[in-house]
Amino acid sequence: MSNPQTAAVSTGKKPFMEWLKSRKGQKWIVIFVFMLVPLVLLLLFTYLPFAEMVRFSFYNIKYTETPGPKNYVGLRNYIEVFKRSECFKSLAVSLYYMGGAIIQLALALFFATMMVFKVKGSSIFKGCMFFPYLICGIAVGFIFKFFYARGFVLDSILQMFGMDPESIPMWLQDQSINNISLAATSVWRYTGQNMVLFLGAMMSVDADLYEAASLDGANRWHQFRYIILPSIKSIVVLNLILSISGSLSAFEPPYVITNGTMGTGTYFVIMNRLAHENQKVGLACAMAIVLLAIIILCTVGQKLFFKYAFDDGTSDESKAAVRKRKRAEKAARKGGSLA
Amino acid sequence: MRERRSIGSTLFGILKYVSLIAASLVALIPVVVCVLTAFKTNEEYESTSVLTLPKNFLNFENFAIAFTQADMARCFLNTGIVLVVVLFVSILTGSMLAYVLNRFKFKGNAVIQNLFLFASLIPGIATQVTVYKIMYTLGLINHLYGYMIVLMGTDIISIYIFLQFFENLPVSLDESAIMDGCTYFGVFFRILFPLLKPAIVTSMVLKGVGIYNEYYMSNLYLQTKELKTISTALYTFTGPYGNQYNYICAGVLITIIPILVLFLIFQKQVYGGMAAGAVKG
Repeated sequence: MSNPQTAAVSTGKKPFMEWLKSRKGQKWIVIFVFMLVPLVLLLLFTYLPFAEMVRFSFYNIKYTETPGPKNYVGLRNYIEVFKRSECFKSLAVSLYYMGGAIIQLALALFFATMMVFKVKGSSIFKGCMFFPYLICGIAVGFIFKFFYARGFVLDSILQMFGMDPESIPMWLQDQSINNISLAATSVWRYTGQNMVLFLGAMMSVDADLYEAASLDGANRWHQFRYIILPSIKSIVVLNLILSISGSLSAFEPPYVITNGTMGTGTYFVIMNRLAHENQKVGLACAMAIVLLAIIILCTVGQKLFFKYAFDDGTSDESKAAVRKRKRAEKAARKGGSLA
Repeated sequence: MRERRSIGSTLFGILKYVSLIAASLVALIPVVVCVLTAFKTNEEYESTSVLTLPKNFLNFENFAIAFTQADMARCFLNTGIVLVVVLFVSILTGSMLAYVLNRFKFKGNAVIQNLFLFASLIPGIATQVTVYKIMYTLGLINHLYGYMIVLMGTDIISIYIFLQFFENLPVSLDESAIMDGCTYFGVFFRILFPLLKPAIVTSMVLKGVGIYNEYYMSNLYLQTKELKTISTALYTFTGPYGNQYNYICAGVLITIIPILVLFLIFQKQVYGGMAAGAVKG
């Protein structure tokens, strides 16, 4: 590294080279080199597209257009998002997925609790339930297209149990239930994975604790309430928060199984269609921004709610309780100083 | 008192097993029916109920048709290349970034961490409308490396896993290595990187499953026939086979088998990885 020639050529560079060799210089080299690739990628594929998205949402653009004059349309795209019935109807569709997500969390919690207590063959049950998570969305789509098709799997099973074939609804065509059928596929796919997550958190509790508790006469409910639940509170809260943005951005089930027809189009399915089939890029961008705003509002709202109610799950004492205690302490101190 | 509890725990035991068996059946039945159907000949498929067993469990014809029709060999190769390269690069860059963010205090550190945090809030599909435009400008569409670069760029989970892991590695390790004359590069590559093994496994599992199953971007950025990945290849079955579910099921199973085999071999690591990935909250 110590090259006398470079030092001789320009004395101005010498302190810089020295600096590079110093600890501080080394530190900055490492910082620069190690962060370069991820930061460039982050800017290029997240923030640049995000900025472009904001810009595009004020224009009327197509993909194929060569860069040149674009039609500036002001807020018209945003107005159209709120005016188009399909956009907002699709938000109502996400309510089904939200319902599904809550059922999925409840089921996962239930089965994880079952597994914490000794179960014979638990690894088999766990494997069976986790397995759907590993199947790709397209394959899940095909499996359930087949499963729900008229006269195929689900219908045959129901008939086997003596259900009248006349009274079986069209699972994917009947608009009153097709969104439930689709949301159910995501429950099927993710329940096992959620269960494994919860189980992992529960297992981190010392096993002796359960034994001690049951020796002390705690029943299963008490064990769940006082040992299991506190250990997984933060991960359950996290998953609840994720489930909102997850259901608002539900995409694969309707896209693959019904292609968004018959009232099953979620927000992203509609957006995808507008962008890539109708070439209304500006409108699609406006939709994306609106959704992002909704997601951020929901996330912040939920975070604040849980922080207020449960103190983010990190402490057993809620914020309200902390405030009450502080007030009491303050009052006590005041009383003390007055006396 | 004692008797009541034993009745309670028997009931609990029954509830436990019944519910677990029921859940496992629900999880398996859709796939099992698929297996039954995949072994049926056209004739059998049309004449029998979907729940009946195929006559011949060695009828691999549908698999052969599905495999050659969708050029699955090619797609497995493509997916394999993408998996290896993306996992390698993103684990390296992700852990390097986490090292810098965790170990060095400098201006902008918090800003950068928040940039990554906020990025994780933006749903991937939302920005693809404009990512497409950028990819188009950079000439990255219809190249396997273009797709790989996008996948590396959307790697936020594993950065979190690494950050959390560094949190638990004592700084005294770095300090003593530096005392011994190690450079920062040396500290990272010789001392810390080997210790990251559990975090590497976790992010390999999470990211690997994600990449193997990724459809949306692969569909957008790899449009020519030779570049199809497993999930886009599978999607081509929608057209020609319409309702020929015996072929479709065979195709579905072909895509499931490799990941199932890997899962059975690395079960423990997969569960461990999932659990470790979860604690980030």
